[in-house]
Amino acid sequence: MSIEKTHDGEPSGAGASGLMGAPGPSGRFGEFGGRFVPESLVPACIGLEEAFADAWADPEYRARLDGLLASYAGRPTPVTECSRLSERLGVRVLLKREDLAHTGSHKINNVLGQALLAERMGKKRLIAETGAGQHGVASATAAALLGLDCVVYMGEVDVERQALNVFRMRLLGAEVRPVSSGSRTLKDAVNDALRDWVASVETTHYCLGSVMGPHPYPYMVRQFQRVVGDEALGQCRALLGGRDPDVVVACIGGGSNAAGTFAGFVDTAAALVGVEAAGGAALGNGLPGVVHGMRSQFLQDEMGQVLEAHSISAGLDYPGIGPEHAYLAAIGRASYHAVDDGEVLQAFQLLARTEGIIPALEPAHAVAWLVRAAASGQLAAGSTALLTMSGRGDKDVEQVMEMLA
Amino acid sequence: MSSPDLAAPLGTTGPGSAAAGAGAVTPHEPGRLEAHLRERREAGFKLVVPYITGGLGDDWIDTLRAVAAAGADAIEVGIPFSDPVMDGPTIQEASQRSLESGTTPLSILDSLRRVEVEVPIAVMTYYNIVARAGHRRMASELAEAGVSGAILPDLPVDESAPWTAAADEAGVETVLLAAPTTPDERLRLICGRSRGFLYAVGLLGVTGERSELADSALTIARRCKAATDVPVLVGVGVSNAEQARAVCQVADGVVVGSALVRRLLDGAGPEGAAAFVAELRAGVDEA
Repeated sequence: MSIEKTHDGEPSGAGASGLMGAPGPSGRFGEFGGRFVPESLVPACIGLEEAFADAWADPEYRARLDGLLASYAGRPTPVTECSRLSERLGVRVLLKREDLAHTGSHKINNVLGQALLAERMGKKRLIAETGAGQHGVASATAAALLGLDCVVYMGEVDVERQALNVFRMRLLGAEVRPVSSGSRTLKDAVNDALRDWVASVETTHYCLGSVMGPHPYPYMVRQFQRVVGDEALGQCRALLGGRDPDVVVACIGGGSNAAGTFAGFVDTAAALVGVEAAGGAALGNGLPGVVHGMRSQFLQDEMGQVLEAHSISAGLDYPGIGPEHAYLAAIGRASYHAVDDGEVLQAFQLLARTEGIIPALEPAHAVAWLVRAAASGQLAAGSTALLTMSGRGDKDVEQVMEMLA
Repeated sequence: MSSPDLAAPLGTTGPGSAAAGAGAVTPHEPGRLEAHLRERREAGFKLVVPYITGGLGDDWIDTLRAVAAAGADAIEVGIPFSDPVMDGPTIQEASQRSLESGTTPLSILDSLRRVEVEVPIAVMTYYNIVARAGHRRMASELAEAGVSGAILPDLPVDESAPWTAAADEAGVETVLLAAPTTPDERLRLICGRSRGFLYAVGLLGVTGERSELADSALTIARRCKAATDVPVLVGVGVSNAEQARAVCQVADGVVVGSALVRRLLDGAGPEGAAAFVAELRAGVDEA
């Protein structure tokens, strides 16, 4: 792997494309990213940036993380060939099975990395935001594993529609704090987690769940998630006789499973496709802005007030998107599309019936795009797609049952 | 009272000029806000700066006038934002109420443009409001509305240059915040670039009333006073006259937000707000 220099003059670690390396001290991906937080938090973000760089370069830390990912989280997760779905769509579909990871989603990859980092920094308390509850469950799990205190902020609307995950977090010893401000969903959970952190920064690590927020989070979380893409690249080549898939597709709320997946394939010829919820399409319908510590694209009105996102999936109900995605979209390396709730419900059932895999509603968005793109010819017949199945659908079954009733 | 004519252009001191030199304080020509606060300080007064959420109630402009008459040295006007991460429940509620009644940044600036207030005004809002409008446009609109200063709590000094360049050019003073967690070297950088006054955050936490003054309020006030000659005002967690008096043993003054806004939310109106500011005034005048 060649070492490229970023404009900040730091080694970026990026591969042949020069993309998805380290962003340098300013935390910029092109014009996006940065560190727009209250002064109280700036020293903590700088400290975290240094601690992460130090840990990531430390073979002992990496060995401990890799050990936990293997023996505790169940990595590597397999890639599954979807014969019946492929036949139906006329496109060869491979699934990267993050739904089989411990706690049921890719979120565990990031929280194990961050919880070990918190321990290393001497912080005994984790706080986290959660939408669908998967990141909250993963955080509560890592906290239980390492003996850390854990508080999870979750919008009241999400507490209601993801009651099972709320109970799971409590079972794991975490405190779930329902958030009643604003739209009472993921955006507001992030606000309250930031407010907690402003007060608790000396003893607490904010275990942010996606490739968003102030530097170093978008970069750090992508690095923790790149195991998804790095594994999948090798697995695809083994399955495809050394070839890469034609298209790599993943769903996007903040964008962590997509960023981790794309990181593995950004230096290949594969087309990278991110799929947003139609009601939360920050790239499709958003404007540039600075919210939650980062410059990115956000759903907002012309005056800069952030709008509520609406979708069937709590995990994608976020009006922004990670800054590196905004950058990949701006330079045209990845394309981003939106699917609506109806398409998602269809895809949810299709995957269950053709492959015996009940997806979470979030990756069902990626499946829905695949169905549409195969039907429209946007994806040529006979092409190969890798889709990151970021989580399993158990948490959504009750909600879907009500919607299909 | 200082005349608005004192609002000298600040373009002479670029935002990048402060970085060099440990402990160096950039010489700059004080704008209207800073000149006024310095003048009051030199006359022996401690400074009282109340915060009011813009657009909160139909009579908020009357409240502005009333608190000025009751002894405020400057007034901070909040432009409400949908996601105020530095604010606790009181100002969150005020912001939400104001937004629900149709307040926009332009409606606030429109109101401010029409009103004559005897003391300088600084707006407090979040950076997305400024970024969306555009730096130069927002800076010139603030200046045209007679606003002297701007406080953007989610725009730390490292990210502030594009905004302060536009603000300096328009003659708008950008007040920076210093926190209890800010290390000394960074504090010097912040002091060198803060205009109007230096906002010393009194505790680790978001805005809101506290039953007791945090020890960190006096510590940060001492550190800031040792680092700069710009007026040092402590805000966040300063909730009543007694706490204001205690802080002013060290600081040049206080910013009081949530305690006043709670009274406004409870229906105190301009008279109630003025009475509270008069209490604060009396409290610090005893200091």
